[in-house]
Amino acid sequence: MVDRGDAPRGGLVNTSPQNGVRKLFFFSATIFGSGRPQQVPGSFLRDCGWIFLSLVFLSGSSQIANADCLIRGTGDLGVVVERATGSVQILDTTARSRLFRVTGLGDLSHASVVFSRDERYAYIFGRDGGLSRVDLLCGTLDKRVVQAGNSIGGAISQDGSLVAVSNYTPGGVKVFDADSLVLVADLPAIGKDGKPSKVVGLVDAPGQQFVYTLYDAGEIRIADLSDRAAPVVTTYRDIGRLPYDALITPDGRYYIAGLFGEDGLALLDLWEPQEGVRRIMDHYGRGKEALPVYKMPHLEGWAMAGRYAFIPAVGQHEVLVVDSDSWQEVGRIAVHGQPVFVVARPDGRQVWVNFAHPLNDTVQVIDTQKMQVVHTLQPGKGVLHMEFAPRGETLWLSVRDDDQVQVYDTASLARVAQLKVEKPSGIFFTARAHRTGL
Amino acid sequence: MAVVFCVLSGMGATVFAAPDSARQAELLYLLKHDCGSCHGMTRKGGLGPPLLPESLSNRSQQLLLGTILDGRPGTPMPPWRGELSEQDAQWLIEAMRRGEGL
Repeated sequence: MVDRGDAPRGGLVNTSPQNGVRKLFFFSATIFGSGRPQQVPGSFLRDCGWIFLSLVFLSGSSQIANADCLIRGTGDLGVVVERATGSVQILDTTARSRLFRVTGLGDLSHASVVFSRDERYAYIFGRDGGLSRVDLLCGTLDKRVVQAGNSIGGAISQDGSLVAVSNYTPGGVKVFDADSLVLVADLPAIGKDGKPSKVVGLVDAPGQQFVYTLYDAGEIRIADLSDRAAPVVTTYRDIGRLPYDALITPDGRYYIAGLFGEDGLALLDLWEPQEGVRRIMDHYGRGKEALPVYKMPHLEGWAMAGRYAFIPAVGQHEVLVVDSDSWQEVGRIAVHGQPVFVVARPDGRQVWVNFAHPLNDTVQVIDTQKMQVVHTLQPGKGVLHMEFAPRGETLWLSVRDDDQVQVYDTASLARVAQLKVEKPSGIFFTARAHRTGL
Repeated sequence: MAVVFCVLSGMGATVFAAPDSARQAELLYLLKHDCGSCHGMTRKGGLGPPLLPESLSNRSQQLLLGTILDGRPGTPMPPWRGELSEQDAQWLIEAMRRGEGL
């Protein structure tokens, strides 16, 4: 089912001067009949376009129903999850408007999104094990499989041909063909004690690899799908207690798992995987009493500013600053509460932080030159996620209890727009398609 | 409407007044959105275990009360004492056992 957002409605070809939205004419029929855009040589289009169009038009194919799709680029689009209603909205980040609402996506209590490398499709990973592919131009649910009972997130391979999902119940990773959503590999997550484990921190890595962490078993695994018919899994044991999430650095070199059961992080250098996993930032809590954590921090979104990495502490109201050359702590910044997301503006000049319940009405901005909080904003109760525009001029954040996505100018810190979104959580922009680990 | 729960605590029978309806709504919102971030908004579990009626049926009131108020050391379950009164927690347990809001 599709609701139209702010997109103009009207005739077959309808151009809006405001946002450049144009209805896709019958032409689209040839483009995604197989579920994925096909390569159509440009010269063919130039030379034979009209004949081609006429043929499609005359054929009376039911695919002409795609007249409701948009004809435009997708590089400035985004997806925001409506966690309580099992829906997403597709946003135009240039016009700052809503294009579509797509419903029927299941339980999205903890949902995340990756994009096809052509930025046409969003893959949405739901809590209920649903993997949904949404067409951003048509605002439709293109394909959906329910592949497990309870899942946590996913990743898309380096070449965009495989989508992997990490599951809690039954624990493990399943890998699907990105076009057909047909199962390619089922990688169980049985720890050395023989028990199944929940899987967290699934990321893509260069070389058609997926890297993930076993929460209960305390293991990191690398699955190499260079040969999709014969995945090769490498296991690293005893990485530490209760790894709750993980990330990969933007260059795809370091995979780092945060530990809930211990003060520290587990690091694997994917350029030298034979060296194994080592502990970094050991005992960063330094015997201080751990404060209650009412929401687990997320490590995805890895904040790097130059050589410094900014990481949420667990059980301390601090952001840890780590030198990514030596992996030694170089400082810590006192913040308002338990950090959840710590995200760097793409230029690395600012780091924005949101917080766990009950302090989730506040967002703080760290100046990475001064290494201190320089601004405190109060967008509203339930700030769940933040996403920068690809070049960082705006930050978009979701305010759950106000049913709003708010847009901030990152230079003036003024709120410049707000959109009505039902119980928004994760916000994901299509530029993620071209970044490792996102 | 005043509803009274009679609950056996370790010290003997204690009578708790249920939270008023405004507080009940707050508690259900908290259950859905904040407990839901680990236990799932539909309480089917996530990083934390499921909180469905059938998953709680063999858990004692005292165990659940202690878990909510004081947390489970060694796991991510934090203590909610301070934010939730004992009455709040008792009411939440009953609500989960009834499957309220599912």
